[in-house]
Amino acid sequence: MTKVTFISADGIKTVVDAKDGDSLMQTAVNNSVDGIVGECGGSMMCATCHVYVDAAFADRLPPLSDSEDEMLDSTVAERRQTSRLSCQIEIGPDVEGIIVHTPEEQQ
Amino acid sequence: MTMIEGHTAIEPPKGVPVWDVDPYDPAILSDPGEYYAELRSKGPFAYIPKYSILACGRHEETKEVFSDWQRFVSSRGVGLQDFKLEKPWRPQSIVVEADPPYHSQNRKVLARAMSPKAISALKEGFQIAADRLIDELVARGTFEAVEDLAEAYPVSIFPDAVGLQEGNKRCLIDYGAMVFNGLGPDNKLRQNAMAMGPDIVPWINEQCQRSKIDPGGFGETIFAAADAGEINEEEAGMLVRSLLSAGVDTTVTGIGSTVWCLATNPDQFERLKDDPDLLRPAFEEVLRYTSPVHSFCRTADVDTEVAGISIKKGTKILCVLGAANSDETQWPDAGKFDVARRPMGHLAMGTGIHGCVGQNLARAEVGAVLNAIINKVDKIELAGDAVWRPNNAIHALDKLPVKFTGK
Ligand code: HEM
Ligand code: FES
Repeated sequence: MTKVTFISADGIKTVVDAKDGDSLMQTAVNNSVDGIVGECGGSMMCATCHVYVDAAFADRLPPLSDSEDEMLDSTVAERRQTSRLSCQIEIGPDVEGIIVHTPEEQQ
Repeated sequence: MTMIEGHTAIEPPKGVPVWDVDPYDPAILSDPGEYYAELRSKGPFAYIPKYSILACGRHEETKEVFSDWQRFVSSRGVGLQDFKLEKPWRPQSIVVEADPPYHSQNRKVLARAMSPKAISALKEGFQIAADRLIDELVARGTFEAVEDLAEAYPVSIFPDAVGLQEGNKRCLIDYGAMVFNGLGPDNKLRQNAMAMGPDIVPWINEQCQRSKIDPGGFGETIFAAADAGEINEEEAGMLVRSLLSAGVDTTVTGIGSTVWCLATNPDQFERLKDDPDLLRPAFEEVLRYTSPVHSFCRTADVDTEVAGISIKKGTKILCVLGAANSDETQWPDAGKFDVARRPMGHLAMGTGIHGCVGQNLARAEVGAVLNAIINKVDKIELAGDAVWRPNNAIHALDKLPVKFTGK
């Protein structure tokens, strides 16, 4: 189990014990976290799992793949330096305590 | 080595029941519910002697096999034939029948062509076309929903979305059905499909050339990738072919099945009309409930184990998506069509690296049609029997007479 925190655009905080091996998107969906849709189920096609990763955790994540980079150009909310697709973030000890901010809009 | 249906015959692995069934029996293909349930009741896998394959239909193992591209490859074919041992009937797809890293390079181009952003730009036009068509159908009252709606709509917008100069309705629809029937055994369905080849394939191949593609559509993005050196000219043509193979018959099926679900579940149509926010989830439920792509194969590329069962290298595994999508352990009351279910994790669009690359287009098309329907139609009724059309990989309607009563 790994602790993860979602903070919504209007500041609501949800702390979840996530299952290792799941993606952050699956964790959000399984715990009914508002603000993450994940319509394509993690096939990197929909960009509705967009999150802003708290800057302190940015270097704990693997770098963007080309495909993720391109898909991030399709987010509905503005893309920022800290934007990632949560379906591409795997839960595990490396991301213990990670904090992500969900955007105002996904679709 | 014994071959059967173009792949290596296997012994039933220890612990796997032998089930003497023909998953491609037209009666099962037309009405697969009981077959799905029985398959799941057999355990994680069943051995099917007629084709010497394993079949899986529980959600957990189906998902595992269907998404683990390292152990269960697509490059050896997603039908019964093993391309390592037999030559496929047409040049192998460089997307759905490919593995990383080659797959990734090609998929990336299609993902770009049909990205959420690219599809957003088409939505307004899609809605105008859908509104016009639904107005016409409401005026007619009773009509044949497969031909007049499910086929008519995609054929009216898809050629422009791709940038095709010509839209040959029959070729576009029948090529998909032909490719999907081609994934099955050498049965009547596959033989009939192959016999249609000479009437269809030359037209399809012609449309895949750069000179036949107008600017402004997915095709332009694909050929731009060739200009940029990401893929070569021939690969660009093959990617256009992927759109023509998988992009029409699938959405035809999706639209037909959506209308069928609403016609046969009037209470759910009422809910949807009352709460248009359910429009997107409703289509996800149609996908789960009807599984337009009912089964696709993988081939074990290594000796491995799933759910404690040993699987030998070279084994063909039929992943029965329709069975996984009706698994009660995953979806309580799975036999009920519930527009508010939000069935996250259904396998109707696949999952993982091969997850449908055209799904944004499919959702936009069906979304436009559904939106027009909830705005303009008060009541949907069957005006005759719904008839299903057996296909080796697609579960689609053949006839759907319905009556629309306008608002
Ligand atoms: C309701 C409509 C649709 C359904 C149910 C559907 C279903 C699927 C499924 C199950 C897969 C996974 C195959 C696998 O893992 O072996 C897939 C992949 C694919 N689909 Fe769709 N599809 C639909 C619409 C479309 C459309 C509209 C297009 C294109 C315009 C398309 C193009 C593709 C392609 C090219 C792949 C291969 C992706 C890859 O291997 O990376 N599909 N689809
Ligand atoms: S869930 Fe669709 S891109 Fe992440």
